[in-house]
Amino acid sequence: MRKRLLLILTVLLTLTIALGGCSGRKAGDSSKIVVGIPQDLEDSLDPHKATAAGTREVLFNVYEGLLKPDENGDLIPAVAKEYEVSDDGFTYKFILREGVKFHDGTPVTAEDVKYSLEKSAGMTGEETLIAAFSNIKEVNIVSDSEVDVVLKENDVDFPAYAASVNASIIPKANTASDTNPIGTGPYKYVSRSPQENIIMESFDDYWGEKASIKNLEFKIESGDSMIMDLKGGSIDMCARISATQIAQLGDGFDIHEGSMNLVQALYLNNKVKPFDDVRVRQAMCYATDTQEILDLAFEGYGSPIGSQMFPSFGKYYMPELENKYPVDVEKAKKLLADAGYPDGFDMTITVPSNYIPHVDTAQVLVEQLKKVGIKATIDQVEWNTWLSDVYTGRKFESTVIGVDASSLTADALLGRFYSSADNNFTNYSNPEYDKLYEESRKTLDDDKRTELYKQMETLLAEDAANVYIQDMAEFVPMNKKFEGYTFYPLYVQDIAKIKIKE
Amino acid sequence: MKYIGKKLATMLITVLIVTMLVFLAFRVIPGDPVSNMLGTSATEEKVANLREQLGLNRPLPVRYIEWVRDFFFGDMGKSYTYGMSVKSMLASKIPITITLTVMSFILVVLISIPLGIYCAKHEDKWYSKAIDVINQITMSVPSFFVGMIITYIFGLVLRWFRPGAFVNYKTSVVGFLGYLIFPAISIALPKAAMTVKLLKSSVLKEGKLDYVRTAYSRGNSTDQVLYKHVFKNALIPVITFLGVTLADMVAGSIIVEQVFSIPGLGRLLITSISTRDYPVAQAIIAIIACIVIFINFMVDILYKVIDPRISK
Repeated sequence: MRKRLLLILTVLLTLTIALGGCSGRKAGDSSKIVVGIPQDLEDSLDPHKATAAGTREVLFNVYEGLLKPDENGDLIPAVAKEYEVSDDGFTYKFILREGVKFHDGTPVTAEDVKYSLEKSAGMTGEETLIAAFSNIKEVNIVSDSEVDVVLKENDVDFPAYAASVNASIIPKANTASDTNPIGTGPYKYVSRSPQENIIMESFDDYWGEKASIKNLEFKIESGDSMIMDLKGGSIDMCARISATQIAQLGDGFDIHEGSMNLVQALYLNNKVKPFDDVRVRQAMCYATDTQEILDLAFEGYGSPIGSQMFPSFGKYYMPELENKYPVDVEKAKKLLADAGYPDGFDMTITVPSNYIPHVDTAQVLVEQLKKVGIKATIDQVEWNTWLSDVYTGRKFESTVIGVDASSLTADALLGRFYSSADNNFTNYSNPEYDKLYEESRKTLDDDKRTELYKQMETLLAEDAANVYIQDMAEFVPMNKKFEGYTFYPLYVQDIAKIKIKE
Repeated sequence: MKYIGKKLATMLITVLIVTMLVFLAFRVIPGDPVSNMLGTSATEEKVANLREQLGLNRPLPVRYIEWVRDFFFGDMGKSYTYGMSVKSMLASKIPITITLTVMSFILVVLISIPLGIYCAKHEDKWYSKAIDVINQITMSVPSFFVGMIITYIFGLVLRWFRPGAFVNYKTSVVGFLGYLIFPAISIALPKAAMTVKLLKSSVLKEGKLDYVRTAYSRGNSTDQVLYKHVFKNALIPVITFLGVTLADMVAGSIIVEQVFSIPGLGRLLITSISTRDYPVAQAIIAIIACIVIFINFMVDILYKVIDPRISK
């Protein structure tokens, strides 16, 4: 018996070691990159229905619009070779690039373009969820290679919308775009396994510069195992890692540093007491020490901001607003007293618990607000609860979150503070702001518009609409084998530009 | 036959109650699939439209009855977040969780039965006492923590396996089984420790009974008495325990799946709850409930086989 037991144990141990060695990828399979992503694509693979930034950043590799953004934030032609705007600014004529093929091998036709634009605009009767092009009046096919888009209202931002993932060109013939994505991008979709991965392959007939790495896998990883898997080698890179996590990584990685392109702020519900009083909001701004937040929760990384705009937006960004409210406890106390709260008040900060950086920020804020007598408590909620209660329901007092820009336009950030905007979740309302915004929509001259945007930013800062904090730093650790990671001013991952080092 | 029929009826009622509770639970927690799907582009109008489209506006009892009917006929509906049929999603995940559970169970049996008997036989020796101590420690550590320690030692330090490098069985069966060995050990160790303890005390207890003395007096050797008489009787409480353990391990594997990044039922269940993907969550919970109840049912039957005196 003892012998048999020994035998069983030995066999088991040998098997363990032998099989253990078999797992993982084979050596020499170098033309493959595994990219870790923190969540699965849970809305849709149809670009016109993709609402989450995390979905769009993956689909960016599969789909293209008539135009697309480049790494500097400029618009470059994609499915369209060029476009012309009529003198009145109402008609955009797109001339299609020749020889652009869909992943299934069929050529892109003017018919497909018309279908895609109309679908994305919600004109086909199918619910699009995004309505990137709600401003489109009609789409006319002029010839096999020319499509005219007629707008309801003048909009100089139209080309920027045409470059977003939500405005991608897809084949009319594909009836299952939800589950079988077909686009024109550098990578084509192969398969997916829910909560496990999404497999892609470089597209050989791509019209532009083809992707360098043949096989691409997006692997879904929960936050904590991401670092462990990077270390262990089962993923090659991942984006948006915090400074604290980078410290745990050690050698073996090239760390790329950029910014998240988010406006992180303590967003205040401007409609509920006491945040309906501008003095209270200003007092909170004076009480907040941004640098301390960066030092305590972000290892010193991040760029402080002073309004609803982040630095990557070059010409719209106003650095002078960064220090609009220097730390001043006395002034904050006085403002609170003037507003009728000499002893401060109690408030709740609702934070989605899955976003650790925001939770950390809220914790530092609680301590800082305490100094002026405001007793804040943190209420951590699930992301879904946050979406329904805070964002859609607007039933909250304050929340720490990062707001991104869905397209390369100032409007994407500033539009939500228009009183009656659908997405004005902070209930900000200022007639002066509304007037400026309406004017900006009508102004075609770029310089004048930029000026209006700056006035709007200034107004948000003066009104202390929210306690603006920072644009968070982003770190992208990448296995030393690879090079060519490119940051965009948008929330995208461009894998096609990544190469294996010589 | 009557016995089996009765057990089957209990099984059915339990599954119904479990699924009903799940339905109610989703009603109580805030948030719904629509807000998850629309994310930050939600407006009241879009929310209303999509709710209508998904049929979320219909009364709860109607939805529940329809769900039960469809489930009974093998139609689990379509996932809100993936647009795929729930059946096809689960079909690729169930083998992973089942394999993990079965592997752990085999490990428990392989480790605990020989070791339990060995310890009982050499009860007075120092190494048996040492095993007792180790056993006590292993027993009190939860499996997910064992998993973390194993990942650290064998994954990051010794590099015997690559953390997170799960291989799907469709790609390579050997790689798949290989990756599951360490997770299976994590689940098995605490359970094996408990089984060893139980078997040892059971053997020792049996050993003091009269029939054992009789067997010895007939000139049998220690081994003969142990394997021919004591073992069989000592095994009955152990089988009960192993049955409960197996059911427990189905649930336990869900947690360990998280530790080892195994994309099995567990991960799918957790995310489907947080995205309020009702069809998926309900189907998984119903299936797990069925498996657990089925195992208990099998244990009941097994009793009857081992000990025909049990009739009710």
